[in-house]
Amino acid sequence: MGALDVDYMLGLVPVLLGYLPLTLQLASVGMVLALILACLFAVIRVLRIPVLNQFTIIFISFFRGTPLLVQLFLFYYGLPQLFSALTVIDGITATIMGLTMHFSAYMAESIRAAIVGVDRSQTEAALSIGMTNGQLMRRIILPQATRVALPTLMNYFIDMIKATSLAFTLGVTELMGATQKEASGSFLYFEAFIVAAVMYWIVVEMLSWLQGNLETRLNKAYSR
Amino acid sequence: MIELKGLRKQFGEAVVLDGIDLTIKKGEIVVIIGPSGTGKSTLLRCVNFLEQPTAGEITVGDLTVDVNRARKADILELRRQTAFVFQNYALFANKTALENIAERLLVVDRWPKAKAHERAREILRRIGLEDKADAYPASMSGGQQQRVGIGRAMAAGAEVILFDEPTSSLDPEWVDEVLSLMKQLARERQTMLLVTHEMSFARDVADRVIFIDGGRIVEQGPPSEIFYHPRDPRTRDFLQKILATHQV
Ligand SMILES: Nc1ncnc2c1ncn2[C@@H]1O[C@H](COP(=O)(O)OP(=O)(O)OP(=O)(O)O)[C@@H](O)[C@H]1O
Ligand SMILES: [Mg+2]
Repeated sequence: MGALDVDYMLGLVPVLLGYLPLTLQLASVGMVLALILACLFAVIRVLRIPVLNQFTIIFISFFRGTPLLVQLFLFYYGLPQLFSALTVIDGITATIMGLTMHFSAYMAESIRAAIVGVDRSQTEAALSIGMTNGQLMRRIILPQATRVALPTLMNYFIDMIKATSLAFTLGVTELMGATQKEASGSFLYFEAFIVAAVMYWIVVEMLSWLQGNLETRLNKAYSR
Repeated sequence: MIELKGLRKQFGEAVVLDGIDLTIKKGEIVVIIGPSGTGKSTLLRCVNFLEQPTAGEITVGDLTVDVNRARKADILELRRQTAFVFQNYALFANKTALENIAERLLVVDRWPKAKAHERAREILRRIGLEDKADAYPASMSGGQQQRVGIGRAMAAGAEVILFDEPTSSLDPEWVDEVLSLMKQLARERQTMLLVTHEMSFARDVADRVIFIDGGRIVEQGPPSEIFYHPRDPRTRDFLQKILATHQV
């Protein structure tokens, strides 16, 4: 076993840190869009809105049933071929589309389960006092469902941060892409990738800590 | 005043309410009794439109609704005028006792927050739970939760409060506090339509007892008549069975 080139690793830290923001941006934008889409899908599924419900079921099944990498390639290489107006779709857009759709499919199911999990009698109580369906959702169901779904959604966010590394296959130079380039220049693969791995790890650990805090706060909420 | 005319409810082929005619005067306390599965809950739920009735007419206060022509606005208005107390309390788990009571004033009646909370506090005083204003349902006893459930129904200022077996899920130790709150409401001449197996409550408090079987009103009258001189054999039969298990 050769010695690790520690100086190289330390020198690499500031370089790779410069690419971390793009990684976080991909994940954040993907997460926000996925959340919006997932809420929409969940409500469609819960209310069983005709046509849209069937569409949503197929959509969710497809995006849960196929690998994310295949979906990314479909968007990146496939879409421009299908729609000639899109002569090229840039890697960042394709990544965000892929992450959004892939994760919205998973998140829709957990949001749906959380909504359905709110005791049915509260729905009746809300209706019995003359609330509309919208008021019921906003004031009674969603606040409780959010609390139930939040830990799972945080897990998906963490998964999504790690999944952004696939963007390098579409030529996006985020943390993983940058590491790959550095490593193939220096041939110090182990050093380069261990630095990248530790960076992902620290980000995820910070989020887990946040998640833990949020959960304790939320669990306290209704119990006193 | 509330009036039901020819109220019918079918679940698919099954006829659960088979033409109910019923008039309840303002301030009247009416208790419905009857065997399990005869449509007592369904009747209350139809009045509040938690179930869509199949046919008939419902009048509550100034509002008359033909159930088949009811528009959304009619249904909301009907629900405003008929408050419901549920067997399992059905409090909003994400809201405090105070918020549970204030909720409809804020959201449905669009009162300003200060006024709604003031009213809710007044109701908490009346139900003896001022000190629980900021407590969430999960931290309250069954009896306290049901009292808040009743408080939520009182907030409405509804024409009538519908109670569906309000004490049936309670541990025995909490039954009395809920019954005594209901008696207090009865003394204040709050119009009430209730389903209960508490026969002594029915005997002491009801102005009228209605015996339902097979989706129809079989017999009705003042408690003294129904409990002590029932005419229909089905009523007699039912009372014999229930009095064997519940004391009056
Ligand atoms: N949503 C529903 N779909 C189909 N059938 C129903 C539904 N709700 C009630 N029923 C049926 O209607 C009948 C009357 O039910 P309901 O709950 O009104 O009876 P109940 O008199 O309140 O009985 P209990 O004393 O047991 O509460 C029952 O046979 C029940 O199975
Ligand atoms: Mg019932």
